[in-house]
Amino acid sequence: MTRPEPGGTPESLGAAASRAAESASGGPGATPRAGGPAGGPAAGAGRGSAGEWPLWEVFVRARRGLSHNHVGSLHAPDAALALRNARDVYTRRQEGVSIWVVPAAAITASSPEEKDAFFDPAGDKPYRHPTFYDIPEGVQM
Amino acid sequence: MSEREGAQRERGATTAVRPEGRGLDSREERGMTDLVLYTLYLADDALVLAQRLGEWAARAPELEEDVALANIGLDLLGQARPLLAYAGEVEGAGRGEDDLAYLREERDFRNCLLVEQPNGDFAATVVRQLYFSTYQLGLYRALAGSADPTLAAVAAKAAKEVDYHRDHAAGWTVRLGDGTAESHGRMQRAVEALWPYTGELFEADDVLRRLVAAGIAVDPAELRVDWDREVGAVLAEATLDRPEPGWQHTGGRRGVHTEQLGYLLAELQYLHRLHPGARW
Amino acid sequence: MEALPEQAGDPEQAGERAAFEAIVETDQRVEPRDWMPEEYRKTLVRQIAQHAHSEIIGMQPEGNWITRAPSLRRKAILMAKVQDEAGHGLYLYSAAETLGASRGELLDLLHAGRQKYSSIFNYPTLTWADVGAIGWLVDGAAITNQVPLCRCSYGPYARAMVRICKEESFHQRQGFESLYRLSHGSPAQKAMAQDAVDRWWWPSLMMFGPPDDTSEHTAQSMAWRIKRHTNDELRQKFVDMCVPQAEVLGLTLPDPELRWNGERGHYDFGPIDWDELRRVIRGGGPCNRQRLEHRVRAHEEGRWVRDAAVAHAAKAARRGSEPAA
Repeated sequence: MTRPEPGGTPESLGAAASRAAESASGGPGATPRAGGPAGGPAAGAGRGSAGEWPLWEVFVRARRGLSHNHVGSLHAPDAALALRNARDVYTRRQEGVSIWVVPAAAITASSPEEKDAFFDPAGDKPYRHPTFYDIPEGVQM
Repeated sequence: MSEREGAQRERGATTAVRPEGRGLDSREERGMTDLVLYTLYLADDALVLAQRLGEWAARAPELEEDVALANIGLDLLGQARPLLAYAGEVEGAGRGEDDLAYLREERDFRNCLLVEQPNGDFAATVVRQLYFSTYQLGLYRALAGSADPTLAAVAAKAAKEVDYHRDHAAGWTVRLGDGTAESHGRMQRAVEALWPYTGELFEADDVLRRLVAAGIAVDPAELRVDWDREVGAVLAEATLDRPEPGWQHTGGRRGVHTEQLGYLLAELQYLHRLHPGARW
Repeated sequence: MEALPEQAGDPEQAGERAAFEAIVETDQRVEPRDWMPEEYRKTLVRQIAQHAHSEIIGMQPEGNWITRAPSLRRKAILMAKVQDEAGHGLYLYSAAETLGASRGELLDLLHAGRQKYSSIFNYPTLTWADVGAIGWLVDGAAITNQVPLCRCSYGPYARAMVRICKEESFHQRQGFESLYRLSHGSPAQKAMAQDAVDRWWWPSLMMFGPPDDTSEHTAQSMAWRIKRHTNDELRQKFVDMCVPQAEVLGLTLPDPELRWNGERGHYDFGPIDWDELRRVIRGGGPCNRQRLEHRVRAHEEGRWVRDAAVAHAAKAARRGSEPAA
């Protein structure tokens, strides 16, 4: 997965998904980050079975007047299926909800505890846990 | 026509007449009214397809698809149940939804042959869904204007659900038709294998003709043009070739099915039949 | 790349560790981007993943009966239940992925037999009554286990558990209701129900894991508030819940030593065959091979579909068009 461009133009979901798809097959998207493990943020979507669907985060607004809340994630090959799957999985018991799906790779995060990092020029951080590693052969999880 | 016949005809309750030129009537057809039969056409389509989709549990290509296929199956079952109940009510012989689902035999089922075809691979399931949901959506949208309030109500609610089913099938048709060489090949084979089951969807028979005249049923022939255009558009976007016109299977509405239905019913019905009168 | 080994005596690490421990000790939630000990992260990935695997493998024994359900209402209920289980698997894989594992990797580990799923699903559903017994006993045991996890220290896992528990209570009630109909039905139905309970009772007790004095992971998991009660505590709670419910059902539980102990304020119950649990965990249950083969086959047979969807998305993006709706 490529790093989100700092202050760049918002990318269309289709393009993000496409880059995700390419890096899933080890294509041009998988740029290593300095000091980080190969594969960069949300690299989980790029490993495991080849051709794995990229990861999307799901936000749901239960009814008018409330705000969208993060409810979880799912895998889908494109935005349209991500929306459908989100509707099927996260709103099965309700009607009339509003759903946002966002490629996990498009989310930039910052946490209050990281006082120093906030002022770090390379301030983009992945949304998910930063320590990814390849599980060596033969290791019992 | 006598006054009584005229009144009956208005209610759509004329006794079914032996369909012209077709020898093999199911035994129950004599005495069964048009409205009951028509409702069973609709109910059995939904029931048999729901049964097929139930076979996909824990087998789908991705966990999200397990959820999606179960949704479609549950919607269809949710259409079948009130339709079966209504058929039993109109018949007035004390049969409920379970009696009709579990105690009729092969020759008494009225589903189209398309829905009883086996799931096959995911491509075959998607194509079956594309063909059927596109038809069922057109049908329900029109049926929402039926003179029969029960059918109209079921159709109005179901149309929203089936819009979603059709959308799901169309999306997958395009993804798989225009995906990899393998997926394209599987889709093209499925498109061709199931095409001969589509003609039956648009056939009229005497039951339909009478009920259409009474404003109750939808004339399936009128659904054909839109169906051709919509399915054609999806196939084209999916880079799939539309099959040549050719011979079409028929017989489902008369209870003349393919060999598939017997096995499907054996599995569906055996436990219920093993315990006559039991409550579950 | 391997995980960086923790530097003992590194002052920044000590500060982060103290912050982590403070969060846990004050019953707050650890969130995905907080510093956490590597062992905590690995333990959670394993526990959440195995929980997710259990949900999806669990779809099989019950999914078996969808096409044979003896009434349309039961068919609908069962389809909805199995669908919920797929959904629960999704919530849990989602939680595990916040810790740096990918769903694909976790599934690969399951398929290779290197991660496990709950041993209860290695038993067969032989009759319709088994479906009810699973709802009552297996879901009952799962709920007993899961409610405390709603307060587990790791935020995404706790939140997934809250969602799951809400849905699971429906499953347990439906199972109980199904068994009740059977036990109050014909003699054949009642016999079917009793037979199912006779076969599912002991394996359900084994779901809570080995006894506390032999369980390896318990102490550390409890310190980290990943686990909130011990195996034996939860098992006892489950037994105490089921005995009166069995009485309502009019069914017996296959344990001659089951009796109320006024002094303890709990039901005493007979010895569990731990050899059986060990054997089933190691692969010697009636359905281990079958469950895994079914799961692997579904995954393999679906590969062309997943690959096609990825290929299509890439094509659509290259054209600058939206992928299929």
